[in-house]
Amino acid sequence: MIYFDRVSKVYSQTSVALEDVSFTIEPQEFVSVVGQSGAGKSTLLKLLLAEESPSSGKVFFESLDMHKVRNADLPKVRRRMGVVFQDYKLLPTKTAYENIAFAMEAAGKGEEEIQQDVPQVLELVGLMDKAWHFPSELSGGELQRVAIARAIVNRPDVIIADEPTGNLDPINTWEIINLLEKINELGTTVILATHDKDVINSLKRRVITIEKGKITRDEKRGRYVL
Amino acid sequence: MSLIQVKRTIRQGFINFWRNGWVSVATVLIMVLTLFMVGTLFFSNVVLTSALQQVESKLDVSVDFKLDAPEEDILALKTSLESFGEVGKVEYISRDEALERFRERYKDNALITQSLDEIGTNPLPASFNIKAKDPENYGTISSFLKNDSSFQIIDEIRENQPTIDAINSMISSARTSGLTSTIVLSIIAVLVAFNTIRLAIYTSRDEISIMRLVGASHSYIRAPFVVVGIIQGFLASIAAMVILWLPLWFNHDNVLLSFVPIFPFANGSSASESLGGPNLLNYYFSNFIFIFLLLLASGIILGSISSIIATRRYLKEHK
Ligand SMILES: Nc1ncnc2c1ncn2[C@@H]1O[C@H](COP(=O)(O)OP(=O)(O)O)[C@@H](O)[C@H]1O
Ligand SMILES: [Mg+2]
Repeated sequence: MIYFDRVSKVYSQTSVALEDVSFTIEPQEFVSVVGQSGAGKSTLLKLLLAEESPSSGKVFFESLDMHKVRNADLPKVRRRMGVVFQDYKLLPTKTAYENIAFAMEAAGKGEEEIQQDVPQVLELVGLMDKAWHFPSELSGGELQRVAIARAIVNRPDVIIADEPTGNLDPINTWEIINLLEKINELGTTVILATHDKDVINSLKRRVITIEKGKITRDEKRGRYVL
Repeated sequence: MSLIQVKRTIRQGFINFWRNGWVSVATVLIMVLTLFMVGTLFFSNVVLTSALQQVESKLDVSVDFKLDAPEEDILALKTSLESFGEVGKVEYISRDEALERFRERYKDNALITQSLDEIGTNPLPASFNIKAKDPENYGTISSFLKNDSSFQIIDEIRENQPTIDAINSMISSARTSGLTSTIVLSIIAVLVAFNTIRLAIYTSRDEISIMRLVGASHSYIRAPFVVVGIIQGFLASIAAMVILWLPLWFNHDNVLLSFVPIFPFANGSSASESLGGPNLLNYYFSNFIFIFLLLLASGIILGSISSIIATRRYLKEHK
């Protein structure tokens, strides 16, 4: 489903983010990308989203070469990828409900579909009672659940989460990881970038370890080894 | 695009416009100035064209014959002139008629009447007043007269072609300068509007980055900003309509026109009379829709072009 073919990313001579990286991700896999800060995790995800272009090598999403997709067609491809970030990236002027609805509007969905789907995902992430709260009225864990709800509401094929628990305490971290597992069980591929040792060790899923831009390990039931 | 999307886009456009408050107002002002210039250009075109028509209708070639010119030669020339395609009308004023008209005109002037009586003979020549079908034909007509064998009975040919040339060149220079200032103002307006949209984009950058994140299409991201441009153009064209209307309203009897140098020429009488009355206020109202559409279209084009350029650039720079 996702295929990195000898991908390198050189921002500048002093900043080589990825070097000759190759791997494949199958549909419905749950893959963690592990590495210390600056290892190149975010860069890897940005290449998949075509936010950055590789210096060499190719990134495939199914049969699509992500960097040959025309600029105007990119949005359509991106709708098939849900994204979650450490800093949530919610709009402060919109309520939880509106933030999620916004993603559906942007994808061109109709009002009826929105009114039907938004409560469903709010239910799934357990925030039905906080639907009309603004981001300033929600905790970190709740904010991240809204962000996940927004990421899945357009039914993407893959969820890309870049350190989603980076700002959260252990309890909230668990809630988020459980939620991602639940989404994965419902059939969505999940790619999780993190440097949280406890998260990795308890997940017992595939782990790709990156050190200084190179893949050093790729294990089916990986552990945090750094 | 479905109706709901159109609604959302317009709503978002208003939000974007509103958020940039004073900057939006400043953009509208510079657009008003531009549209005012467009309107002024349009009106001055109307006024100058109608003035030119007025003047043209008063144009003629007049021919004074020698005092001893035989009448049958004059009438023969009249016939041959009338067979001419370029000639519209030839008015023959015989010597007696000329004297009669002269006496009629100066009947209250004892001095002139007396001296005429004293002369005893008629000092006035017979003459033609020739109207061409087209003002451009006067040259041809007078050169025909100069080359014709009957030239010997002609004392003097008087044309007012130089006057019409002067008016024509005045009109074209007025148009050129009007057009130039309109273009310059349009460019300034586009630049200002362009920067306003950039600011609006900057204000909404978080929203835009999230839109991109969730896969909003480029046209979806751009549309609200194009709406901002359209709102600006719309408001500006309404304001320009009002501003154009104000001086016309205070100018019921075309007082302003008497300041235009060519109008006193037309007859020496009051400007509105000499114009044959293209009352601009009436003109404004009877062509209200057309003028409004002209300004509206200009405003919307200015606004939306700026938005399209600004958003295109932004979306190219930020993947
Ligand atoms: N836009 C950029 N320009 C230059 N260097 C960058 C840029 N983004 C990331 N880098 C560099 O690339 C390397 C990998 O960064 P990143 O992918 O963000 O790592 P991680 O997400 O694992 O912390 C770092 O050395 C970082 O400084
Ligand atoms: Mg990172």
